[in-house]
Amino acid sequence: MIPAGFEYEVARSVDHAIELLGQSDDAKLLAGGHSLLPAMKLRIARPALLVDLGRLDELSYVEEEGDTIAIGALTRHKDVAASPVLREHCALVSHTAGQVGDPQVRHRGTIGGSLAHGDPASDLPSVILALDGELVARGPGGDRALPVREFFTGVWQTALQPNEVLVEVRVPKLAAAGWSYTKMARRAQDWATVAVAAVVHGNGSVERASVALTNMGATSLRATAVEEALVGGASIEDAAALAAEGTEPPTDHAASSDFRRHLARVLTRRALEEARNR
Amino acid sequence: MTAVETAPAFVGTSVKRREDASLLRGRGTFVDNLTLPGTVYMVVVRSPYPRARIAGVSLDAARAAEGVVAAFSGADLADEWAGGLPCAWPVTEDIKMPPHFPLATEEARYQGDPVAVVVAESRALAKDAAELVEVDYEPLSSVAEVEKALADGAPLVHEDLGTNECYVWKLETDAVQDAIDAADVVVTRRYFQPRLIPNAMETRGVLAQVGPTGEVTLWSATQTPHIQRFALQLVLGIPESKIRVIAPDVGGGFGSKIQVYGEGPIAIVLSRRLGRPVKWTEERAENYVGTIHGRDVVHELTFAATNDGDITAVKSVAWCAMGAYLELVTPGIPLLGAWIYSGPYEIPNYSVTFTGVFTNTTPTDAYRGAGRPEATYVLERTMDALARELRMDPVELRRKNFVTEFPHTMASGLTIDSGDYEATLDALLERLDLESIRADQSARRASGDARQIGVGFSTYNEMCGLAPSRILGAIRYAVGGWDATTIRFQPLGSVQVVVGTSPHGQGHDTTFAQIVADQLGVDVDDVEVIHGDTASSQLGMDTYGSRSLTVGGISAYHASQKVVAKARKIVAHQLEVSEDDLEFEGGVFSVKGSPDRSMDIKAVAFAAHAAHDLPDGMEPGLEETAVFDPPNFSWPAGAHAAVVEVDTETGDTRLVRYVAVDDVGNPVNPQIIDGQVHGGITQGIAAALYEEGAYDEEGNLLTTTLASYLVPSAAELPSYETARTETAADNPLGVKGVGETGTIAAAPAVVNAVVDALSHLGVTDVGLPATPERVWKAIEEVRT
Repeated sequence: MIPAGFEYEVARSVDHAIELLGQSDDAKLLAGGHSLLPAMKLRIARPALLVDLGRLDELSYVEEEGDTIAIGALTRHKDVAASPVLREHCALVSHTAGQVGDPQVRHRGTIGGSLAHGDPASDLPSVILALDGELVARGPGGDRALPVREFFTGVWQTALQPNEVLVEVRVPKLAAAGWSYTKMARRAQDWATVAVAAVVHGNGSVERASVALTNMGATSLRATAVEEALVGGASIEDAAALAAEGTEPPTDHAASSDFRRHLARVLTRRALEEARNR
Repeated sequence: MTAVETAPAFVGTSVKRREDASLLRGRGTFVDNLTLPGTVYMVVVRSPYPRARIAGVSLDAARAAEGVVAAFSGADLADEWAGGLPCAWPVTEDIKMPPHFPLATEEARYQGDPVAVVVAESRALAKDAAELVEVDYEPLSSVAEVEKALADGAPLVHEDLGTNECYVWKLETDAVQDAIDAADVVVTRRYFQPRLIPNAMETRGVLAQVGPTGEVTLWSATQTPHIQRFALQLVLGIPESKIRVIAPDVGGGFGSKIQVYGEGPIAIVLSRRLGRPVKWTEERAENYVGTIHGRDVVHELTFAATNDGDITAVKSVAWCAMGAYLELVTPGIPLLGAWIYSGPYEIPNYSVTFTGVFTNTTPTDAYRGAGRPEATYVLERTMDALARELRMDPVELRRKNFVTEFPHTMASGLTIDSGDYEATLDALLERLDLESIRADQSARRASGDARQIGVGFSTYNEMCGLAPSRILGAIRYAVGGWDATTIRFQPLGSVQVVVGTSPHGQGHDTTFAQIVADQLGVDVDDVEVIHGDTASSQLGMDTYGSRSLTVGGISAYHASQKVVAKARKIVAHQLEVSEDDLEFEGGVFSVKGSPDRSMDIKAVAFAAHAAHDLPDGMEPGLEETAVFDPPNFSWPAGAHAAVVEVDTETGDTRLVRYVAVDDVGNPVNPQIIDGQVHGGITQGIAAALYEEGAYDEEGNLLTTTLASYLVPSAAELPSYETARTETAADNPLGVKGVGETGTIAAAPAVVNAVVDALSHLGVTDVGLPATPERVWKAIEEVRT
């Protein structure tokens, strides 16, 4: 499995990476490489220039900033999973990072790479979406913050500009909210067949919830029908029955679209129950 | 005269695998590690279409690309072939055997069919240039499923044959239909076993070098260096005597490296034309279409039985995909299961019919178990169906029908030498604790738990140790089934054991040394095992069908006996006693009653080479060869059980326990047996729950990477509980084959468990593999 020819540059800083991105119409950033390199080996992706971010240690961190937690884009999944700050204040993120792929993937893959890749079957986009997180992109003109709801635009498509680098992910502390990431995958190493991220507010009951769906369409999706039903006082079971409304899930080797709709309903119910009880 | 039996020092113990120190540290030598001075690299251009006319091949752009040495179309090389790629098993007289050459010329018949090659100074440059080869394909209508391929008006894989039917093969006793008509109960079930893609850890590869006088050396990731050499003469017209085939370390095969693929002959031709060594290494994605697949069989299995559970007849009708061409043993794969549709049961009436069918798909051939997993799956699934029909316990139905006396000649005509099926089943039940499992099951059913559990059984036997040459001849296999060992004492007492079998993970370096060390009474570390090179082992039939131990291992035993017999003559001569007066134990010959008059076998080896004082007429040296042709197949058997938990809302199925008790005869190396059993079971579980090589209707492969073809990992599997019962086989070591047992046994046990978990809902079948979606649909179907 040999990729097509490409140029390779090591970024010495984020600004250097941005400068390198400006030098080619067809450059790709390399972080953990677990999505990009297989695509290159299959010659599905054929970038002219690969800009390696791997040595930018300054982008690997998890920090508290008041009610917000800032996560450097190059923080590897295993470090996100082990972060004491996240475990205490936003365990939905650390827990889910520990569910990504297998140990090899978690030791190479990064949170920023996973989000910037824009794969609707990946776990972390739904988690950040359910948390209403924020993504910080840096370009030639400086930083801009994007609400996660505006970030994912299609399969492998995001709102990042060609000369921007995703530098930080910001999520709120969960305080008393319950949470769940309920995933079904064929094998531990596989993408989710379907998964549901849920954040539930209420004291032993569900007053309000954020629910995001993995692999139920071109991007991670908020299950708005479920959220609205819950605000309107519906039971978890009745609300979860609406989970597939408005979705257009794919059919592939792992499941048909019909089966994915069914799974979305079952897993949403389970996620809400788990979040409520957590 | 035979040697005095010596208590084995090594056989029966888990001598550590000598191979592992280098293999586990990445110091193995695989074909891709080998590069000769001046090596150039070959890349194969393959058809992206399931079927297409090749209207033209333009190589100009590829030839002009950086680093390219040469590029050839099928037409460019057509004159090189003295014959087609061989199929050694024309199973019937009127079998259709379409020509099959290394490169397609006029028509590509499956996605992956080779149509051109590019050779460059590096693999990367060859790969880049291959993208510049312009093939003018005119896509033609195609067919991927056996039943559709037999329908009227179906696209023909080979137009000039006028049919997609390759052969019809039958084995039947006289009164089968009478027995079925007269039965109290008849059950017929239909099954589809999808394609399995072997996925050896090392993909295929060759390195070819043609010397100045035309002598050929081919390093190949193959299970069959001897068969390759034989076949290369047929394909290239070069005499075998000028061909040397070397299989260095080989990283797995599971049957997929038995065949004579086109890349070897092409690389030899290109090396001769270009005057440089030519290397080809298969890519993983290429492996999915370019290397044989297994299974792809539709079955209808019928049991006839009495009301109290005596099975009176078994009738199997199967439609078996050949793929687009016949590889080395493609048509014969179903036959390897043909005699065991009665399994470990005594069933007096017997009928098997196979129809081989061409489809526009990658050719099928041997994949671990080859024919026997297919037969055992439908047999063991239908045992459960019959038990449900009779309202009998599936374990008791099995026990009631077991063969109990050995040797036992089956209705199919072959004779099982040994076994104790009840003992194996009892040992399984002892470990299983069926009562607790059923109690847990009842409790979950009563509470309406979403997660239900089920237990499934598979009691199997199989025929392996391929194979008695006379039987092979009778069933139209082209060559013999013997194997050979040469044992050579060096003057100072070390021993070379040259074997004709060729390992690709089995541990021959260790186990053959154990056998020979015991027989010669030397230390296991004095014994070096040499294999996988036709220059050092002229005689051999290679490794497949669980034959290395039961055929090759027995030849090692006989060669040892011949060495000891010659040594005895030398000792008798030098000590001036009769041979009958000598005892041989622990490597020492001594005169009976005078233990101080003795000679160590290593000293005999020196005396044999010094040749100062040998019996008159005796040739110097201590070296013997034995060729062993087995009088019978090998008949391992066992009882396996799987416990699964099924999430009835999502269909997600997890294996909770897997318990296996196998009778593989006397153990040579228990740890290596465990390794074989674990690996085999895993491949059976994979077939039950995970792996499926799926085509669309036209023959485009949908599962083309390890991300979509789901080989399970340790994370999905429980730790297996394994045990053995031992009945000695009818051979000097009492050993039976073990390479395929787990794969043969496991799939039906697991699917029977899934069905058992859902039986209270009314589910009676789940298709293969039992994916979450198939399980969910099976539940939905009985709900509505």
